[in-house]
Amino acid sequence: MSTQLDDLYNDHILDHFECPYHKGAIDHPSCSRTEKNPLCGDVVTLQLQINPEGKVENAYFDGKGCAISQAAASILCEHVEGKSVDELEKFQARDMLDLLKVPLTASRQKCGLLGFRLLKTLIYEQHPEENEHSVSPSDTLNTPVSNTDNE
Amino acid sequence: MTATLRPTWTAETIRRDFPILEKRLPNGQPLVYLDNAATSQKPQVVINAVRDCYETYYSNVHRGVHQLGDRVTEELEGSRAKIQKFVGANEPEEIIFTSGTTMSINLVANGWGRRFLSEGDEVLVTEMEHHANLVPWQQIVREKNARLRYIPITAEGRLDKEQLESLIGPRTKMIAVTTMSNVLGTINDIHALSEAASSCGARLLVDAAQSVAHMPTNVLSPRVDFLAFSGHKIYGPSGIGVLYGRRELLEAMDPFLCGGNMISEVHRDESTWGELPAKFEAGTLPIAPAIGLGTAIDYVQQLGWQEIHDVETTLTRRAWDVLTEIPGLHIVGPPADERGSIISFTVDRLHPHDLATLVDQKGVAIRAGHHCTMPLHDVLQMIATARASFAVYNTLEEVDILADAIRHARKVMRLS
Repeated sequence: MSTQLDDLYNDHILDHFECPYHKGAIDHPSCSRTEKNPLCGDVVTLQLQINPEGKVENAYFDGKGCAISQAAASILCEHVEGKSVDELEKFQARDMLDLLKVPLTASRQKCGLLGFRLLKTLIYEQHPEENEHSVSPSDTLNTPVSNTDNE
Repeated sequence: MTATLRPTWTAETIRRDFPILEKRLPNGQPLVYLDNAATSQKPQVVINAVRDCYETYYSNVHRGVHQLGDRVTEELEGSRAKIQKFVGANEPEEIIFTSGTTMSINLVANGWGRRFLSEGDEVLVTEMEHHANLVPWQQIVREKNARLRYIPITAEGRLDKEQLESLIGPRTKMIAVTTMSNVLGTINDIHALSEAASSCGARLLVDAAQSVAHMPTNVLSPRVDFLAFSGHKIYGPSGIGVLYGRRELLEAMDPFLCGGNMISEVHRDESTWGELPAKFEAGTLPIAPAIGLGTAIDYVQQLGWQEIHDVETTLTRRAWDVLTEIPGLHIVGPPADERGSIISFTVDRLHPHDLATLVDQKGVAIRAGHHCTMPLHDVLQMIATARASFAVYNTLEEVDILADAIRHARKVMRLS
């Protein structure tokens, strides 16, 4: 069955795009990072407040760009709050795409995963010494994830 | 090799020459291909020429003494001769095969720039250049402690001629400029730039990638020193491009890539260079694409420049009319009658990438992004634009489908 792209811009995505969750800035974030999608110039900043127990208390994003990148960042912020750093280490690109609940083509996955890339880098930096021998997240994030068989 | 003579044609009739236009997209929609400024589709004669090469006489050029070697060399040199006539060059040796416009300009920036640029010299480009005509110059001026300067554009997206006057001077050694902006559609006045270059003794390089399929190209009138274009934007294969250079300049330049084919003699510690054009054609050329480019040039020429202009201008005017009726849509660049068949635009509260994805659902292929012109988008104070670009096989109906698709996109995004 062919993918109906109208589904891409469904209520879930458009609601997050128009009324984003936690768009803005945290006064004193534990960590913060900004990244650009060179393809289209989308920019997302992700800020996390992590408590001493290693749990994400607050997640905020700010940015400019297409509906997919901005809605995805909003959905991401909603998802990560209350999660521990350990849990988020296990959070994969595939899980992020599943959260979006819409089929993304390989070229648009770059938009949908922009906030996720930031999250992985921020989480990676929480325990750099433990990750010494593992692959840096950015090495694994450039390959599109097949999700055309989402149904 | 020449295709059948076609005294009159319309987009409807020549669409049959392009097999891809009859195919359905994966979602079942007919293809409305409006991304011609990125690359054009290929007519059957070009596909056949490439296939014919591989199927009947393929071997390496300028090497084999066998029968195939003679035939393939003859075909490749025949293509070079067609290109020479097509651009109005004096000699076929002034036509260098490259992989495309990018490599052609890199060849000049390195081969000419390394030898002839000195500290304090200036290379003049424009704010509307493609990255292919910017980044090679950025690199060589850094190496030489020279300076890259920009001719600004006006609010309507034309070159600011008054500023040009004040920018040229004894330090100007190279003016590198596009014939047609791949975003604004602006057609630059190469006559004026040629005069400006002559007046200060600078060289003029013209990036003809965007104009070569749409208007005549001539390197002698007005005189240009270098001219670059790609095969794939003129209905030819990808992977092949052209650099024209005046013989005395090419003779004086250093080679860019070194290795096989480009040498005269190789000794253990040094080498001497081959004659033109071999000096700049190191390694094995993309042989079949080079031959296919010759066929593509035949194809365009038999369509006729006036006919091409008339068809494409009609499309551009129609696009201007129907697009400007869409609420919140803003076109960048000069009016429809003063541009090539390119229209870049933004739609309020609708990101170009979302727009391109949504019109694609209706089978319409357009480009979204910075179109390899980030400094231009900085000037326009835009991160990205959407771009529709037309070729000889596009129809007025397709332009209307684009407009409908944009309206549909606005609806999906809750803007109407």
